[in-house]
Amino acid sequence: MTACDTLHETPSQTAGPYVHIGLAPGAAGFDIYEQELGWDIAGPNAKGERIRVQGHVLDGMNSPIKDVMLEAWQANAEGHYAHPEGGGAVEDGFRGWGRVITDFDTGEWSFDTIKPGAVIGRNGRMMAPHINLWIVARGINIGLNTRLYFSDEVVANASDPILNVIEWERRRSTLVATRHDDGETPVYRFDVKIQGQDETVFFDI
Amino acid sequence: MTTPAEYYQRNRDRHPPALTPNYKTSIARSPQFALISLEQTASEITGPTFGHGDIAPGDNDLIKNYAKTGDPIGERIIVHGRVLDENARPVPNTLVEVWQANAGGRYRHKKDTYLAPVDPNFGGCGRTLSDDVGYYAFRTIKPGAYPWRNLINNWRPAHIHVSVFGASFSQRLITQLYFEGDPLIPLCPIVRSIPDADAIDQLTAKLDLNATIPLDSIAYRFDIVLRGRRSTMFENRPEGN
Repeated sequence: MTACDTLHETPSQTAGPYVHIGLAPGAAGFDIYEQELGWDIAGPNAKGERIRVQGHVLDGMNSPIKDVMLEAWQANAEGHYAHPEGGGAVEDGFRGWGRVITDFDTGEWSFDTIKPGAVIGRNGRMMAPHINLWIVARGINIGLNTRLYFSDEVVANASDPILNVIEWERRRSTLVATRHDDGETPVYRFDVKIQGQDETVFFDI
Repeated sequence: MTTPAEYYQRNRDRHPPALTPNYKTSIARSPQFALISLEQTASEITGPTFGHGDIAPGDNDLIKNYAKTGDPIGERIIVHGRVLDENARPVPNTLVEVWQANAGGRYRHKKDTYLAPVDPNFGGCGRTLSDDVGYYAFRTIKPGAYPWRNLINNWRPAHIHVSVFGASFSQRLITQLYFEGDPLIPLCPIVRSIPDADAIDQLTAKLDLNATIPLDSIAYRFDIVLRGRRSTMFENRPEGN
């Protein structure tokens, strides 16, 4: 076959309620792998501010989705992704990718990482610091892509080229996590609303 | 290069829409507003990379990777194929993860309460990296069908859940593999969330007699296709190609 033969992308199916068996078996209730993947996003050597991100994913009834799984993908504090086209070197042990599962009783999730730096966007325009999220669950037929921005980046957010393509200004705030400084580690709260009046903005990437 | 070569846009006609009312759980878990179309940036054309240090060699053998007192009960099968992109190019060194019920249709999950028993020798998950031509293989037992709460009497066809990364976050995909000839396939509301018959057929692994191991395991072929990427060859970019 040559590169001119086009195939069709394999269609998506829901991850179902037992996604943990495959991607986080410890959470499903058993130990099988020497190391599960996605538990350490930033690694021990990453520069930048250590932060925690936490929230819920809420359905159209405003109830937390307890069997949801998120994946996070982010740049380091210098705005580089751990990837050959990521814009530059990253610290040893920095992967920038993590898996996030919920407390099965409350639906709350959280993850620890470092705050990413601004990333160079298209045509050299800077994108405000953000974490890319991918959300799968029972009842979600194809993974949902969104972005988490930071409430203390008011100036950068205002000129972010992605936030600015969202026609409805009030919807932009659905992508901004709120900073809380009352504990040892800064916490950003981010609730994702799958459906309804304050529905989070999802992207077709 | 600050304006990267994009991945082809997703053909949403071959994917299930968010809202598929016969699959009831989708009703409250489907966005109602349109997705915002995004021109890809470094955030979308990059994604996590994995290596052989991340996994162990036996992780793709579900017959042995949780065996305690012997092999799990069930039909011994090999599931194999290639990970390709829409340009028919191999996707090498990409992480493929699978999970499934046991031969009786029961998952090893603290939330599964189906009356079929857990198999003490079967975990139900595996993972591997595609090789340099995109080839991957798992050995497992064929999962059983099981009932689920949707309509009063719904049964899932035998299936294996498959998760694939590709080279970028925009290629990230989770799907399910079905088995050729299963009469439950056309009856399943989750299968039928896909509007296109050819796309459903793409999720149906085909019997692959030549890949069977005589007197040991039967084989099914399942190729996985991820989004292709545009070439930058003739694009006129301010910063050059």
